[in-house]
This record gives sequence, C-alpha cells and structure tokens, in this order.
Amino acid sequence: MTAPGFGDPQLLALSLALPALATLAIALLGRWPNLRETATLLGAGLLFATVMALLARVLAGARPELHLASVAPGLELALRIDPLGMLFAAVASTLWIVNSLYSIGYMRGNDEPRQTPFYACFAIAIFATMGLAFSGNLFTLFVFYELLSLSTYPLVTHKRSPTAMRAGRVYLLTLIGASMVLLLPAIVWTGMIAGTLDFRTGGILGDKLGPVALALLLAMFVFGAAKAAVMPLHRWLPAAMVAPTPVSALLHAVAVVKAGVFTILKVVVSVFGIETLAQSGASQWLVYAAGFTIVAASFVALRADDLKRRLAYSTVGQLSYVVLAAALASPVAVLGAALHIAAHAVSKITLFFGAGAVYTAEHVTKVSEMDGIGRRMPWTMGAFAIGALSMIGLPPAAGFLGKWFILDAATGATDWVAVAAIALSTVLNAAYFLPILIRAFLRPANGPRKEAPLPMVIALTATAAGTVLLFLLPGVPYRLASMIVGG
Amino acid sequence: MTAHFSQSATILLMVAGLYIVIARGNMVKKLIGLSMFQSSVYLLYILPGKLIGGTAPILGAGYSVYANPLPHVLILTAIVVGVATLALGLTLVVRIKEAFGTIEEDEIAGDMRSDGSKPGRGRKSA
Amino acid sequence: MIASHLPVLLIIVPLLGAVLAALSRHGFVAWLVALLASAATMAVAFALLWRVQAEGLISYRIGGWAPELGIEYRIDAVSAFIVVLVSAIAFLTMIYARRSVLAEISAERVAWFYTMLLLCVAGLLGIAATGDAFNAFVFLEVSSLATYTLIALGRDRRALVAAYQYLIVGTIGATLYVIGVGLIYLSTGTLNIGLIVERLASLQGSRALTVAEAFIVVGIALKLALFPLHAWLPNAYAYAPSAATVLLASTATKVAVYLLARYLFTVFGGDIDVGAIPISAILIGLSVAAMFIPSAAAIFQNDVKRILALSSVGQIGYITLGLALANQTGLTGGLLHLFNHALMKGAAFMAIGAVVYRAGTARLDDLSGIGRTMPWTVAALTIAGLALIGVPGTSGFVSKYYLILGALEAGLGWLAILIVASSLLAVLYVGRIVEVVWFREPAAVARECREAPLELLLPMWILAGATIWFGIDAEWPVGLAASAARVLLGGAP
Repeated sequence: MTAPGFGDPQLLALSLALPALATLAIALLGRWPNLRETATLLGAGLLFATVMALLARVLAGARPELHLASVAPGLELALRIDPLGMLFAAVASTLWIVNSLYSIGYMRGNDEPRQTPFYACFAIAIFATMGLAFSGNLFTLFVFYELLSLSTYPLVTHKRSPTAMRAGRVYLLTLIGASMVLLLPAIVWTGMIAGTLDFRTGGILGDKLGPVALALLLAMFVFGAAKAAVMPLHRWLPAAMVAPTPVSALLHAVAVVKAGVFTILKVVVSVFGIETLAQSGASQWLVYAAGFTIVAASFVALRADDLKRRLAYSTVGQLSYVVLAAALASPVAVLGAALHIAAHAVSKITLFFGAGAVYTAEHVTKVSEMDGIGRRMPWTMGAFAIGALSMIGLPPAAGFLGKWFILDAATGATDWVAVAAIALSTVLNAAYFLPILIRAFLRPANGPRKEAPLPMVIALTATAAGTVLLFLLPGVPYRLASMIVGG
Repeated sequence: MTAHFSQSATILLMVAGLYIVIARGNMVKKLIGLSMFQSSVYLLYILPGKLIGGTAPILGAGYSVYANPLPHVLILTAIVVGVATLALGLTLVVRIKEAFGTIEEDEIAGDMRSDGSKPGRGRKSA
Repeated sequence: MIASHLPVLLIIVPLLGAVLAALSRHGFVAWLVALLASAATMAVAFALLWRVQAEGLISYRIGGWAPELGIEYRIDAVSAFIVVLVSAIAFLTMIYARRSVLAEISAERVAWFYTMLLLCVAGLLGIAATGDAFNAFVFLEVSSLATYTLIALGRDRRALVAAYQYLIVGTIGATLYVIGVGLIYLSTGTLNIGLIVERLASLQGSRALTVAEAFIVVGIALKLALFPLHAWLPNAYAYAPSAATVLLASTATKVAVYLLARYLFTVFGGDIDVGAIPISAILIGLSVAAMFIPSAAAIFQNDVKRILALSSVGQIGYITLGLALANQTGLTGGLLHLFNHALMKGAAFMAIGAVVYRAGTARLDDLSGIGRTMPWTVAALTIAGLALIGVPGTSGFVSKYYLILGALEAGLGWLAILIVASSLLAVLYVGRIVEVVWFREPAAVARECREAPLELLLPMWILAGATIWFGIDAEWPVGLAASAARVLLGGAP
C-alpha cells in the first residue's frame, strides 16, 4: 500500500499534510466546483489510505513518533500515535470520505452559497482532528483542540442568519472560554506537578496529588474539554445544529464532540493513569455528573420536536457514556469507551445523514411532520432505523458493543448509580427513537416515493452498513481498544 | 521656612502649575500652567548648585569656591525642550481654533462626540 | 573603525536622515531617505545585538568624555533587545508608509511626516541606548515632540485635539520623570546610571530616593499608558495617520516600558519595593485592572482603530505584570510579550490602515463583509487578533504562557487564573471584528474595495507571519527576552 522509503514518521507527517494540502487545493480551485470537489475526495481518499497504512503498523506494535517544533522549553509540538488516537483517526478519516460524498449531494441539492469556504474549513477541521488524535503531549493536543474550535466556527455560522450568528457566538465562547479558563490551567498545573506534558500509558502524575486535588484537576479537564458536552456545558451542541447537516453529521457527531471525549479518555489513561484514579476514588463524582447528563439529556431529547435537536441531545447523552466509562477507570470500561466512540460515530452520522436527506428531499425538520416518510424514502429511513437501534444499544448494531462493556465495567465495580443511569437511558433512548420509526413506517404516506439525491443515499447506506458490520466484525477496533491499556 | 526657601518656591510653582493644567478648560491657560510646572524643574536643578560667595567655575588662583556648572548646562537643554513644547502646543491650539472655532475643552469635547456619530466619510476627505 | 562607533550611529543615522528629509522638501525623496536611514539603522541594531551576545556590555563615551562629565551609551542585552525591535518595526513601517501616507496626508506635508517619523525613531532608540538619566529625558522629549506632530498630521480634525491632549499628558509625564532624576542627581551627584547604581548602595532608605522613585515611576507610567493613566492613548492612536499609529503602537509604549524596567531593576535594585511604597503590589493591581477594564471598554467601541488602541492598554497590562512579578520567568514573559505585542499590534494596525486606504473608514459598521473583497488584509488582521487572544500557535500564547508560569512561580495562582480569564475579553472584541468583516453580507463600502496594494501587504504579512512563526518556534525571541531578564535581575549581561 505504501511506497518504499516511507517510514512511520513520513506517514505520520503525510496524515497531517494531506488535509492541509486539500485545504489549499480547495481554496485555489474555488472557481471550478467539479475540480474542487475532486480535491476534497482525493484528499479524503489519500488520507484514508495513509491512515490505514498507519493502522497496520500500529496493530503490528509500532508507535510512530514525529517531532514538529519546539515552541519553548517544555512546550513541544510532537506527534505520537497510540491505539486510542489511531482508533479515533481511523474513524474520522473513514467517515470523511463518506461525508464528503454526502456533502456534495447536500450542498448542491440545497444550492447552498459559499461552498468553497465550506469545503476548505472542513478540510482544516479534519487536519485539526488528525493532529489531535495523534498528539504526543498535552500542549499539542491543546493547540489542535483550539484549531478545531476555530475552524468549525465558520461552518456553524454558514447560513449567516441572525440565529446562526448567535449560535456561533455561543459555540465559540463556550468552547474557547472553557478551554482557556479550565483546560489550559489544568495543563499548566499538570506540567508543574508532573514535570512533563508527554502522554504515557499509566499516567504521568503518579501519586504526587492527593485525592481532592486529583478530583479538582479531573474536573478542570472534564469541563475544560467542553466539546464533551458534560452538563452544564452542553448548550453549544444543540445551538450548533443550525449548521448545514453535513457539518452536524461529521463534526457534531464525530470530529468535534469525539475530540472532547477523546481528550477526557486520553487524559484519564495517559495523564492520570486508570490505576491511580481508581485507587484514589477521585473520579467518583464524575460517575454522578456523567450519569446525570445521560439521563437528563435523554429527557430533553424526548420532548424535542425538531429532529436535529433531538439528535443533538441524544449525542449529549451518548457522549457521557464515554465520560462515564472514563470515570469508572477500569480496563474494561476504557475498552467499552473506545468501542463506543467508534460505534456512536458511525451510527450518529447515519442518523444525521438521514435527517439531512429528509430535509433535502422534503424540507421536513420536525418529528411531527415525518408521518409515513419511511414509505416514501425507504432507503433513507431504513438506514435511520439501523442508526436508531444502535443508539438504543440493540443488536445487530454497533452501539450494543460499547454499551455492553461499559455496563460490564459498571457491574464489575458494583457501581449501581452507573448501572441505573445506563438502564434508564436505554429505556429513554427507545422512547424517543421508536416513535420516529413508528411514525415514519406505520403512518400512511402523503405523497409518492421520492428519495434524496443519489450521493446522499449512497453515503447513508454505507454508514448504516458500517454500523452493522462493526457489530458483526469488531476485530480491528476491538484489538486497538484492548491495546490502549495494555500499552 | 527660610531655611527651605528655595525648595518651597520650587514646590509652590510645581503645584500651582499642575493645578492650572488640571483645573482650567482654556487650552492656552493649560499651556501656561504646563510652562510653570516645567519652570519648577529649572529651579529644582539650579538652586542647590548656588553657593553663597561662589563664582563661575574658573581654573586659577583665587577661585576656590565655585558653583557646579553641570546643572546650568542641563537646564539650558530643559529650557530648549520647554520652549519647543510650548511652541508646538500653541501651534496646535491655533489649528484647533481654526478647526473647531473655540479653544474651550468642554465645547470641543461636544464637537468631537458629534463627529464620532457621523457616518463614515469617503476616502481622502482630509 | 565603524564597528567601535556603532552605538552612536544608532542615533546619528536617523537624526541625519531626519535633517535630509526635511531639507529635501520632496515627498518621494524624503521617503527614500527615511527608508535607507531606517534600513541602515536596523543593520546597526542587529550588529549591536550580535556584538552584545558575543562580548557582553558595550560602553561608548560620547566625545571621549569620562562618565562623570560626559554621556555614556550602554548597550546590554536589554537595550539591544529593544533597539532591534524598534529599528526593525521602523523599517517595516517605512515600507508601508509610502502609499498609506500619500493617501492620508496632503502632498506638501509628506516630507515633514518622514522627518518626524525619523526623529521619533531616533528619540526612541536614544532612550534605549543611553546610559545617562538626563540624556534619556532629552530623547524622551525628542520622540514625544515628534509624536505630537505626527498625531496632529492625521486627517481628522479630532487628531489636533488628540495631539494636544497627549502633549499635555506627555509633558507632565516627562517633567515628573526629570524631577525624579533631579532628586537622584541631588543625592548622588551624577547622572550616569552606572555610577548612580554604585553610589545608591550607601544611600539605602533615604527618603529622597523614595520620592525620586515615586516621581519616576508615575512619570514613565504616563508615557507607557499604564492604567488608569492611559486616557490620552485611544484618541492618539485612533486619529493619527495610519503609518504613524503603526510605529507608535508597536514601539513608543514599549520603549517607555524599557525605561521603567531600567529604573525598577537596574537603578533601584532587584527588590523593587522602595521605602514605604509597595511598588510591585501596586503594579500588579494596576496591571490586572488594565487587563480587564480597557479590554472590556474595547468591546463596545465602533471604530476598529479605537478597539485596537484600547486593546493596547490592556496588553500593556500583561507587560507591566511581567515586570511586577520580578522573577526570571515572569520577567521573561513580560519582555516577550512586549516583543510579541509589538509584532501583532503592528500587523493589526497595518491591516486596518490598509482598510482605511481602500475603504476610507475604520468604522466597524461600514466594514461589513470587507473580508470578501480584501481577504489578505483581513486575514492578517485576524491572525493578529488571534494572537491578541493568545490562541496557541500564535506568539501571544507563548508570552502569556510564560507569564502564567511566572505568576505560579511567585506563588500567585489566582493571578494565573486572571491572566487566562482576561483573555476572554479579547475573544469578545476580536470576535466582534471578525464576525463583522468576514460573516456579514458586504456593505456598499466593502463591495467597492479592492485588495490592498502589495506595498502595504508585504510588511503587514511579514509581521503577521512572524506572529505565527514565533508562536510555533519561539526559541529566538524567548532567548533574547530571557537574557534581557537575566541582566535586569542582576545577572551577567
């Protein structure tokens, strides 16, 4: 797959260079839409190939490293791939291809303005996501985290309407504000205590902090990474739903929000160390916070009539599954969290693709308007149904896997609060997804069959198939996830 | 009091000058105050250099007590700076009078506020 | 031969240039003279830096007089750092100035503009180079008088009032400074800073010195626009010609900071609290107030130049905070921020000057969507804005990071939090600009504009590029700032 002479560092550099080059190409080719879209697809395809090559090496036990620049003593921009980052990057780069295909259909189908900046910002966001996933220390992670916030702001405000601009303000202020006020001090504090910012499996803090300080530092990380949308810092996510659907799909179901939970999981595994955390009990409060978020978000989703808003609150809840697993701080929980990141990504993107397809074809945005739509758009709503099953956590969809391991970890730790939160939210998930399916398939249709544009249907069918495949053949993600704690 | 006569005079000039700068709204009066304030510095430097019975610093027999020449030289420079400042300040006041029709600060402040609320002017509208 | 006279060439070259520019009377010739003079000055400054790094302190006696009588120039790591910064910014400003000045200043005054610009540079470099307290006053007034004139050359009639107000405040500041110097002179009998330091050792606790320090600190604080003595600054920056604003915002207050640091550390010694006056506590308090209050005021302004000017007052707060922390890391952070802020504010004012060049206005309301027609200019403005916020990957992050470390080192954790929290205000005022210029539909003004000419874009992007570059690889400026901080704190030069 790779040319000879391409060592690990070169591949690693390539994985960052490709989206950067794609950005440049998109900006230059703005006048020729077909060429511009080719640049996006080519960039996505090549990136996928590069990431797969890296994946093969990581599975074989390699841990590629690359030093980019040293900003100041103690502040290094450095990349290092570990299994968790590899998993995240693989998910994001795979879905970028599908999403690009979908974007082309959506943007052209809806005749959206400003398409060149849209694709360019998208490529920058992917660049930031790759950098984040592969970051070798907290500082690098922070740099790419902020870049991700900044590059997605133009996408959230794409419509330029007053609502969109307001949402953009909430989005930027919450994400940047939290990261500067909490995440950055947490990083500085960590650096002062540990003497290093490098990620190391097993943690860098050791026993240098007492349980109370440890809990405080964890809180600074959890709320500082507001992209994880742990309540009360979740409002930006529903607000960001004013963005075009491809943005909601890839960024607010995959890249941005997963960057948040990825940061938390990474910090728990490679800064605190799960053993340190488990022994000190410093993460017990987080079980409650995450549990509350899971349940409360489900209740809000239950009452939301706007389809994208319902999906957004579902995301808030699902993200906290990962946070909950991180808080449980056991190997099984981390395994579950990693699998859930992958599973939720493919299934939530399917759901958003479905919502966008329904909007493009019928301009339907509300659940109450979806009567019989499944009969008119069987492919779209079929895929949507698979995504919904995955959210609830039913086989044969991928959502089952992550949930299973997280539940296993919760019962293993005899943490009944966590168990109750998961059980209750499963019921609630069913309560807000099944009515959509019932409306869509069982109510009479009020029009002829009319599917969304073909690229969109291909994309959402592909991710729905992915959702099922991930359940049937979870080999690669499972191996990666089980390597996270093993080192 | 007499023992510190020179210092007292210096301080009086300093404070009075500063008071005028702050309390007066007339731009010319402000400059006068500023000049007084600067003049206090001239005294501050020169007065301690004066010795009763001292002469100019001349090398030779019979001239044993002389005043330090350095402060005089310094203050010559300071006076030049002061004159330049005053000249520039007065020039500005003349230009302000031409542009605003007044040299009272509070009236000008009102004009400036109304300038600020006008819509943007086209380029090269100097 | 020339190498031994480098310190004085630093002043003579721009001074001579100013005379030639005035004599030429012709706009283009004056510009050419200014460009060449500032290029030569920059070369001298870099040569000095190189020599200081190799040999340490350079002492130069004007006319060969001994320090007791004559004037001594002393270039150490701190002076060299400032001199390089000022002369480099001055050179870039000259490149930028030609077209901007033609558009903003009537033709018969253009030669005078360059004369004043060069005089201002000569004065600023003089302050940094001289080792004589009174000579510093003279240079302070040379640069200030030139500055008042530059501001008054602005095309808006409000520029005259701004210049007048600055003249009053600036003169009070300089006079307070020279009163303080007078008191030191009366106590020590010398004006040479090196000798003052030697003789002060035996005068610890003298009341005259406490009073002198108070006068000097307040006087310089007026010049550097330390909150709440900053009222002159927003108008001055907003109404001065664009090219003058670039130079002033990037260098004038920075040189005043240098002078303050000189007195606080070199003259009055490492323990900057003198007598009953807790200077470091006061300075920390005022710096924090500066970080918050003017920045908050900036959010509600409508003129982009004013927003940037108020932001300058806020950013100066970070720099003086670094001085107040008075430890190696904090001081490095303060000096580094001085350097970085000069670059980012220079880029920002160049960008808004380019917008004024094309659109004729800096009012935010009129600039809707101007990013569509002037993308390169507005992109540079955006980069500078991100650096003002302190986004990682820009130089603003690195200097704030050092400040935070310095605050933690001083055991002031709450201060570290405040540094970070105050950055959020920058998010608001920068965000407001960015939202209007990029994300609004182009207004009538914006649709008629074209991208700024290359002459304006080139220096602007050199500064914007440096802002990014020094955010990713900060080794060079950090090295300069750290060695300057070491010298100030009493280490080897």
